[in-house]
Amino acid sequence: MIELKDIHKAFNQGRENEYWALSGIDLTLEGRKVTALRGPSGSGKTTLLTILGCLARPTRGRIRLKEEDVSGLPERFLTGVRRSTFGFVFQQFNLVRGLSALENVMLPAYPLGLPRHELLARAEARLAGLQLGHRREARVEWLSGGEQQRVAIARALINDPEIVIADEPTANLDTALSRQFMGILEALVDEGRTVILTSHDPLVVESTVVDRVVTLRDGRIVDPGNAA
Amino acid sequence: MTHWIARQRYLIDFTLAALARRKVRNIGLLLVFSLLVFAIASVMLFTSALRAEAARVLAASPEVILQRLVAGRHDLIPPGYIERIGRVRGVQRIEGRLWGYYYDPVVKANYTFQVLADNPPAPGSIVVGAGLARFRGVRPGNTLSFRSYAGRLFSFTVTEVLPASAELVSSDLVLLSEADFRAFFDYPAGHYTDIALSVANPLETRTVATKLSTLLPDSRPILRDEVLRTYASIFDWREGIVLTLLSAALLAFGILAWDKASGLSAEERREIGILKAIGWETGDVIRMKLWEGLLVALSAFLTGYLAAYLHVFHFSAAFLAPVLKGWAVLYPRYTLTPAIDGLQIATLFLFTVFPYAVAVLVPIWRAAITDPDAVMRA
Repeated sequence: MIELKDIHKAFNQGRENEYWALSGIDLTLEGRKVTALRGPSGSGKTTLLTILGCLARPTRGRIRLKEEDVSGLPERFLTGVRRSTFGFVFQQFNLVRGLSALENVMLPAYPLGLPRHELLARAEARLAGLQLGHRREARVEWLSGGEQQRVAIARALINDPEIVIADEPTANLDTALSRQFMGILEALVDEGRTVILTSHDPLVVESTVVDRVVTLRDGRIVDPGNAA
Repeated sequence: MTHWIARQRYLIDFTLAALARRKVRNIGLLLVFSLLVFAIASVMLFTSALRAEAARVLAASPEVILQRLVAGRHDLIPPGYIERIGRVRGVQRIEGRLWGYYYDPVVKANYTFQVLADNPPAPGSIVVGAGLARFRGVRPGNTLSFRSYAGRLFSFTVTEVLPASAELVSSDLVLLSEADFRAFFDYPAGHYTDIALSVANPLETRTVATKLSTLLPDSRPILRDEVLRTYASIFDWREGIVLTLLSAALLAFGILAWDKASGLSAEERREIGILKAIGWETGDVIRMKLWEGLLVALSAFLTGYLAAYLHVFHFSAAFLAPVLKGWAVLYPRYTLTPAIDGLQIATLFLFTVFPYAVAVLVPIWRAAITDPDAVMRA
C-alpha cells in the first residue's frame, strides 16, 4: 500500500546545524495491517511517520501510495491526498481549545464543503461509536485525557480515511486507557483500515493487534519486522 | 457553487468561534477601531453637511454684492450710487442694504442688525434669530433693550423669532425697520452698507461685475460663487485641522492594529499547524483569517460610521460643534440635513479596513506556508 524507496530526510540542510533524521529507508507497508515503528528517542520514527502520512516531503527518495508516486506532488495536491487518505492521532491530541468535541471532530471535513446535516450526522455517529455521544457539546479542554484521545480518533476518522496514523498514542494514557485504545485499534482493523503508529510502549508493540514492528535507530531501519 | 458556499460558511463558522474564543482581545480592538472610525467619520459627515447647508442657504442670496472701499476698508455707499448702477445692462434688481454689527455686553456676543427690504418689521419692533432669543431668553411679545454706540438706550418689541431651520445663517440676527436702524447706529440718510444686485443671466455675472468695477472704481463686487467658495474653504480648513489632530489617533491605531493583528500568538500558530495537518489547505487557512480580519474591520467600520451618523445628524454633532461651526458665542442649534459623500466613505474605508486586512494577512500567510509536520513536533 505504501512503498518507500531510499528515503532521506535532512533538517536545516546546507547550514551548520544540518541534521539527517533519516538515511536510506526502504520499506513497504501492506494495507489492512497494524504497523508499529519502534526505536529510541531521536531514531527518526516520528520523522518517518510524517513522511508516510504526507505531512512532510523527503529530502531524497520516492514514496508510492497505492501505486502512485506522491513524493513530488505540490503542497496543494499533497493536502488533498492527506485529507482523503489519512487520519491523524497526535501524541498531544492537538485538539482546538475553546471548541466543542463535535466541532473538533468536524474540522477536517470543513474544506470539503459537505451539507451541514450530513457532516453533523457523520460526526455524531463517530463520537457515539467511541462512547462519547454524551460529551459532544463539551469543550475539549474540559474532557479527560482518555476522552480527548477518543475525540482525536473520531476527528481522524471523520473523512473515512483508509490509513490511520498515530504518534505515540499511549504516551499520555494510563494502563487502563491504553488497553481501551488497543481495543479501538482492533476495531479500526476490523473496519478494514491500515494503521501505522509509533510507540515504545510494550503494551502496544507486544500486543497481538500489531502485525508488524519496524525498529529504527539513528535514522535507519535495524529490524524491518515480519512483513507477512 | 453550493459546495463553495458551504465551504465559506464553515470557514465563517470557525472564524466566529475563533473570535469568540479571543473575546477580550477582539472586543478591545473592535472598540478602538470603531472609535477611530466614529471620530473621522463624524468630522467628514459634519463638514460635508455644513458645506451642503451653506450652499443651500446661500442659493437664495444675491448674485453680486457691491461694497465701497476707502483706503482698502469697507465704507458706506454714498447717495447716487444706486442710480448710477441702474444704467448697467444685465442688472435685474438693485437693493441698497443696511446692516451692521452690535456687541451685546450682556451675553458677550456680537449680533448682526439688518434691515429687510421686503416686509420689514414695524418701527419699534424687531425679529430675532433663534440663537439670540435663546441666549437672551426672549419670546415674541417681550421687550429687548440695547444701548447704542452713542450711549442711548433703545427698546424694541420682539414680534417674531426666526425659524430654527435657518439658524446656521440667522442665529445672531436682529431684523429691524430702516428708521430704527438709522436712528440706532446714527446712520446718515441716503447712505447704505452695501448694494445687492440680481443679474438676469447667471452667465453674465462676471461681465456685470467687471462693468461695475469700471463704473465705480472705488467699489468691490463680491460674487455669490466666491462667498460659497470661501465658506467651503473655511470648512475644509477646519476639517483639515481636526483631521490633522486625529491623524495622531490614526497612527496610534495603526500601531495597535499592526501589533494585535500581526502578532500571532503561540496558540494561533499551533491552531494553524493543526488545521494544516488535518487537511486544510494554505488557502483555507488564509481565507479563514481573512474572514476574521474582515469581520472585525467591517463591524468596526459599520459601528463607527453609524455612530458618527447618529452623532452628527441626530445629536447635532455635540462633540464637534464648538470646533467646526466656528461661531463665537451664539452657537447655532439645528439639525443638519443628512449629506453623505460616497467618495468620503470609500476613502475612509480604504484607510481603515484595507490596512487592517493587510496587517492580518501578512503574518497568517507566513504561518500558513510552514510545513504541517511542525505540529507533530510541538
